[in-house]
Amino acid sequence: MPKKSIRIALQEAVVLEMRRDPNVIVIGEDVAGGAGCSGDRGTYGGAMGVTKGLIEEFGDERVIDTPITESALVGMAAGAAATGLRPIAELMFVDFMGVCFDQVLNQAAKFRYMFGGKATTPLVVRTMMGAGFRAAAQHSQMLYNLFTAVPGVKCVIPSNAYDAKGLLIQAIRDDDVVIFFNHKAIYDFEDEVPDEAYTIPFGEANIVREGEDVTIVAFSRMVHTANDAAKSLEKDGISVELIDPRTSSPLDEESIIESVENTGRLVIVDEGTPRCGLAGDVAGMVAEKAFHALKAPIIQVTAPHTPVPFSPVLEDAYIPSAAKVEEAVRKVMTMSRDAVSAS
Amino acid sequence: MALDKEALLAVYRTMQTIRVFEDRVHVENTTGDIPGFVHLYAGEEAIATGVCCNLTDADAIGSTHRGHGHCIAKGCDVKAMMKELFGKKEGLCGGKGGSMHIADMERGMLGANAIVGGSPPLAIGAALSHKTRGTDGVAVSFSGDGASNQGTCFESLNMAVVLKLPCIFVFENNGFGEGTGADYHVGSGDIGGRAAAFGMPMTKVDGVDFFAVQEAAAEAIGRARRGEGPSAIEADVVRFYGHYEGDPQGYRKKGEGDEMRATRDCLKNFRDKTLGDGTLTATELDAIDAEIAQLIDEAVVEARAAEFPSVNDLLTDVYISY
Repeated sequence: MPKKSIRIALQEAVVLEMRRDPNVIVIGEDVAGGAGCSGDRGTYGGAMGVTKGLIEEFGDERVIDTPITESALVGMAAGAAATGLRPIAELMFVDFMGVCFDQVLNQAAKFRYMFGGKATTPLVVRTMMGAGFRAAAQHSQMLYNLFTAVPGVKCVIPSNAYDAKGLLIQAIRDDDVVIFFNHKAIYDFEDEVPDEAYTIPFGEANIVREGEDVTIVAFSRMVHTANDAAKSLEKDGISVELIDPRTSSPLDEESIIESVENTGRLVIVDEGTPRCGLAGDVAGMVAEKAFHALKAPIIQVTAPHTPVPFSPVLEDAYIPSAAKVEEAVRKVMTMSRDAVSAS
Repeated sequence: MALDKEALLAVYRTMQTIRVFEDRVHVENTTGDIPGFVHLYAGEEAIATGVCCNLTDADAIGSTHRGHGHCIAKGCDVKAMMKELFGKKEGLCGGKGGSMHIADMERGMLGANAIVGGSPPLAIGAALSHKTRGTDGVAVSFSGDGASNQGTCFESLNMAVVLKLPCIFVFENNGFGEGTGADYHVGSGDIGGRAAAFGMPMTKVDGVDFFAVQEAAAEAIGRARRGEGPSAIEADVVRFYGHYEGDPQGYRKKGEGDEMRATRDCLKNFRDKTLGDGTLTATELDAIDAEIAQLIDEAVVEARAAEFPSVNDLLTDVYISY
């Protein structure tokens, strides 16, 4: 099977769905690029080149360049979604959700429920998140936890190319509002990806590796970080079961609980900030539903409670590292319920 | 009001500093040690300089992602700026902000801004602050043609009129919102006209003509200082480099940036005019060129040698750490 990057996998998903369904359109800043310029159209292709060249096949009525006006573009996509189209709105950086939050939070997310089930809003907002590019405080946030907290929104967080393609096709075909979060640091990560269309259902975790001693739940780029840690720990005889939930809403609680019931120990790795984040959300769920199985406290490995710093030295310290994950796993291996109650 | 010789030399020094700084940052980011995203202001020097030469440290400016020029024109320390771009502890923001967030509150520089349309509301806030505190200070909002389309911009224009705020909205129309042309993305094609429609005086100037910018800005700033409310300036200008450093610029015909450098260079215009009318001499300008070349060299050498922040700095400047 051919190896493809996340970037190519995403492009294939968009192209295949646009061919299949004329109602699928792409809307965003520079999704083609070059409108009103002296050079070529279509060479920009969005911040990461995912929609590069699409305008040649689908034209400017289906690959729509917008002004840099996030409220209007995301809101327009929501309105179009509620009235027959299946738009993929491209938001270059998730940080820009700050500009258009109302259109997602109060508008698109609410339609179906607020209108008594009479509206469907098959909207995908595909966006980029994460630190690692020295892009500083306004271009590096995760923010997926904010949207996971909003009823009416589904949150998709692929960590590899195979999942990226299957989940994006699923997202485009889904009748609800889906926010599709790609981590900017892994666009070139490759995987075996079939050429044809396929879907991956939401709410089904991927067991990245099976293990017996500790469960790690990791999201997005952190799946790779946790996997690196797991490989290293394996040499010392510590067996890690690594779970990639793939979607934070809906969350595959069952797979996580089942794993914790087998291992009795849980470490959660989340590049987001520590308060009210995905790590805390999973920890709370496990504490409530699998308390009986826990042999030790749950450890959360997250970024610190700060904005993302610019300086490479600080940003490297900000992002949870494999070493930090390893340390957390070694620590949780030494802890027990007795030790906790004694301390 | 015509600027005297000393003022003109200062203006040239500022514009030349911005140009050499940006050309050097281009090199240091592309092949050197400046990390991250940088967006260069080269070509647009006359606007920041023509506006800010009418301001004092007490006046505030809100900037854009293309903010180095505004910083320099507002009087920020060039060496501390370079250190910031290199991510060093002695940088203007302690290495925490970088190019897109470079700021200096003491100079009234409220920050470059990585959110398109982020600054106009902040600028009217600074204007409100001056008005409420009863000073004669003003605020300037710098925005590009891209930001001119944002709701935040329209809302701020309206609010400034409603509250009669001492705010000047400067629109730097360099023809591009990232990789999309202003001919496409500004529906009416008339940024200044839209600002005027909110009910404020508006002037359109050639943004590569320092003297035109300075004159329009002096008038608008004077009005604001006298409590006569906001104004807008639309300055048509050119962007020598891409949207960001590393931008392949496929949307632009090949060599367009260089062509603009050859035909629409505000520094050359300034030189030609001041030498042509005998106000300044080539010797004086060449001396400034040499001085600036040395300053920027030193800035890079010192920035490279400077210390990075310590990892402990990660958890400072935030009200609480978990």
